[in-house]
Amino acid sequence: MLCQNCKKNPATVHVTRIINNTKTELYLCQNCASEQGEFSLFAPFSVSQLLGSLLDSAKSTVELDKTPGLECHVCGMDYRQFKKTGLFGCKNCYRVFKDEISPIIKRIQGGATHHTGKVPQSQSTRLRTNKEIKDLKLKLQDAIKIEAFEEAAKLRDMIKDLEESKQGGDSL
Amino acid sequence: MSWINEVGPSSDIILSSRVRLARNLADTPFPTAMDKEEMDTVIQRVRRGILGSHSDLKDDYQFLIIKDLSPVDREILVEKHLASPDLIKNYKSSAILVDKVQVCSIMVNEEDHIRLQCIFPGNRLKDALEYLQKVDDTLDAELPYAFDDGLGYLSCCPTNLGTGMRASIMMHLPALAATGQMKGIISTLPKVGMAVRGLYGEGSEAGGDIFQISNQITLGASEEEIIGSLEAIVGQVLEKERQTRRAMAEHDRVRFEDGIWRAYGTITHAKVMDLNEFMDLLSKVRLGVEMGIIPDIDISSINGLMILGQPAHLKKYEKDYADIKDLDILRAKIISKKLRDRKEGA
Repeated sequence: MLCQNCKKNPATVHVTRIINNTKTELYLCQNCASEQGEFSLFAPFSVSQLLGSLLDSAKSTVELDKTPGLECHVCGMDYRQFKKTGLFGCKNCYRVFKDEISPIIKRIQGGATHHTGKVPQSQSTRLRTNKEIKDLKLKLQDAIKIEAFEEAAKLRDMIKDLEESKQGGDSL
Repeated sequence: MSWINEVGPSSDIILSSRVRLARNLADTPFPTAMDKEEMDTVIQRVRRGILGSHSDLKDDYQFLIIKDLSPVDREILVEKHLASPDLIKNYKSSAILVDKVQVCSIMVNEEDHIRLQCIFPGNRLKDALEYLQKVDDTLDAELPYAFDDGLGYLSCCPTNLGTGMRASIMMHLPALAATGQMKGIISTLPKVGMAVRGLYGEGSEAGGDIFQISNQITLGASEEEIIGSLEAIVGQVLEKERQTRRAMAEHDRVRFEDGIWRAYGTITHAKVMDLNEFMDLLSKVRLGVEMGIIPDIDISSINGLMILGQPAHLKKYEKDYADIKDLDILRAKIISKKLRDRKEGA
């Protein structure tokens, strides 16, 4: 059988497409098939595309039912698009698709879920402040426990000051 | 200083050490979701971040809009490993800053807003990271990076989350390839979070027995820890390659050298040479140079020839050889002449 497109080379690829319940069948040669871009079959896999297929395997069927409608309100990226490309549209996507992506991140990152490397200098002050606030809150609890109210009031004011001084951009 | 014309530690096997960092701006959608105006704005902000900064970097960098370059000049950036194939594919919206010594480049609007990379000759990953940190800190002071306390630097693809760092070592491994040991290495490394690729990265074949070993996991370990693991793995592969080279040479010295000199004979006298054949021959000649069998040629000139034999670099020569339209003929002519001249001059 000859290729239905160029009618020159032998047809080696059989394509079946089903769109809106209408089935079309095509017999093409390898050249025409790859030219028509029908077949990602002939393109090398990219890491990000493989990621999409991981998403499905990690989810139960119940979850799958509700996720296709998920959409990031900042960049407009929807779940289906992300699944296809494995690429996010903006930083907010990580928040929107958090439940879907968390198990995948763990899987592709060898079980890791938390960053332990470099922190941007511009943000390290904020992170230090967060830790300071956490420490002060523990001290405040202790102070209240032993009824050191004067000390507690001092600690409370310090926490308030620190919270006011820090800017937004905390963990998602 | 560039890996192409300088050599570094363990340069008998290791061509170069590359570190790249993926960064995005917090206030703009990733390149996947940007419009034209946003793309241009990101380019200008990164340009100002370097050229308008108070650091001493500003005098070192050249700024190039990819769209304004000829297709050949774009490919030349890729062949020199200064730009990634993806940056060129996005040529309508991408730009690059390259430093004068061609060690460091800053790609804009690749998969992420910013891809910083630094390549040093030989086995020098730590130096490459240290150098790159300065560039990263300069941009950090000027631009709001997308960063999350838990997930680290936010990248367009979750495979780059955390450090956003990919470190890779480019190695010449002809003995491991010839003895069938590469297959085992390629299938084992993913188990320890590493991967092996060809000369031009993802999807490229390992022409000329050149392989890149890089980290796959970017989250959950610090930059230094990742580089430490990579160095440990590379050290093992390096030792194995050296052992196998020695064993091959000792097994039948004459035939081993015969293979190398035959390749040298062909590459210096061939009239037609396609890219695959060229890379195979050059690998054998490189091995001869690395093992001291071929005297009077240094490794850096082999690196220079390897890049010169790539399609876009050859096209640059076309005007000197206007009568030759066939790249395979042009390659044979230029490469054999360069090698013979070098030998006679020595």
